Amino acid sequence: MKKVYLIPLIFFILLAILLKIGLHLNPRDIPSPFIGKPAPAFDLPRLYQKDQRITSADMKGKVWVLNVFASWCVSCRAEHVVLSRFIRTHKVPTIGLNYKDYGTEEYGEDVLSWLSQLGNPYTFVAVDKEGRTGIDWGVYGVPESFVVDKKGIIRYKFTGPVTQQSVEDILVPLILKLREESAS
Amino acid sequence: MKLVVNTLLFSFLMSFFVAVQAGSIETHSFDDPKKEATYKQLIQELRCLVCQNQNIAGSNAELAQDLRRQTYEMVTKGATRDEVVDFMVTRYGDFVLYKPPFKIKTALLWIGPSLLLLLSLIFLVIHIRKRPKTAEIALDAKQRESVQDLMK
Repeated sequence: MKKVYLIPLIFFILLAILLKIGLHLNPRDIPSPFIGKPAPAFDLPRLYQKDQRITSADMKGKVWVLNVFASWCVSCRAEHVVLSRFIRTHKVPTIGLNYKDYGTEEYGEDVLSWLSQLGNPYTFVAVDKEGRTGIDWGVYGVPESFVVDKKGIIRYKFTGPVTQQSVEDILVPLILKLREESAS
Repeated sequence: MKLVVNTLLFSFLMSFFVAVQAGSIETHSFDDPKKEATYKQLIQELRCLVCQNQNIAGSNAELAQDLRRQTYEMVTKGATRDEVVDFMVTRYGDFVLYKPPFKIKTALLWIGPSLLLLLSLIFLVIHIRKRPKTAEIALDAKQRESVQDLMK
């Protein structure tokens, strides 16, 4: 009978544990519905070769990364160094999706100086001026990075800047593993 | 004089407020009042993922503007409410909805409160039933007398 009085205490402890866990979760980390799904198709103009286009079909059969960035995005700057090193060391084909950047009609004043200042690690830079491809990829917080396998399936997504630790713990092992997989 | 200054100051500050408010509303024209109603309903229901506790109707974030534009374009092209919701959910997940769908994952969210109420009711009933029906405090003669005294 006495034990009944313990119930509120147990309840309280359980609630406290839940709240404690909740405190350490990142509310920005919304589970992506894209993991395990085919990467959305896109067809966008390239930054340096404006008359050329880059499409999702161009990346078929490769393990590649799509990195959403913009010159107005502060944490992209921090991420850029880490990501560039990763791309160069492991020779990862990467599309930089320049998301809603400022500039003139001839898109990209700001992004051009940003890239010449910080270095351009991208295999291709695609310009998404109106953010429509961004919507297709469910982008809501730049920077975001997607890892796509040889079959064109999205296997991982980072929301927010990629850190050196996540490169070592997640990206490198994942890329090596995906390269082992067959394309068909 | 003071009143005049205050009034001027007040209208000056209010004009800022109005300007900021007006910034977040684009004017969209609809050929069909039904489509307009669908659009208005949708922007109330969809969450802005940047400022997570606002719907896209109330948010001035760039993403909210883009999602409003997307919603507007789809609705004017004749998309139904469900089609727009599907479009958003495949891209942003259930989180984009203010009213989450009923799934195993969200079952606790939906049933939780009723379950809690039910459990507390059961607990309460058991507790009341177990309680002795009559007062068991026996009074001796002296206490009885003082009670009588008090009640006079």
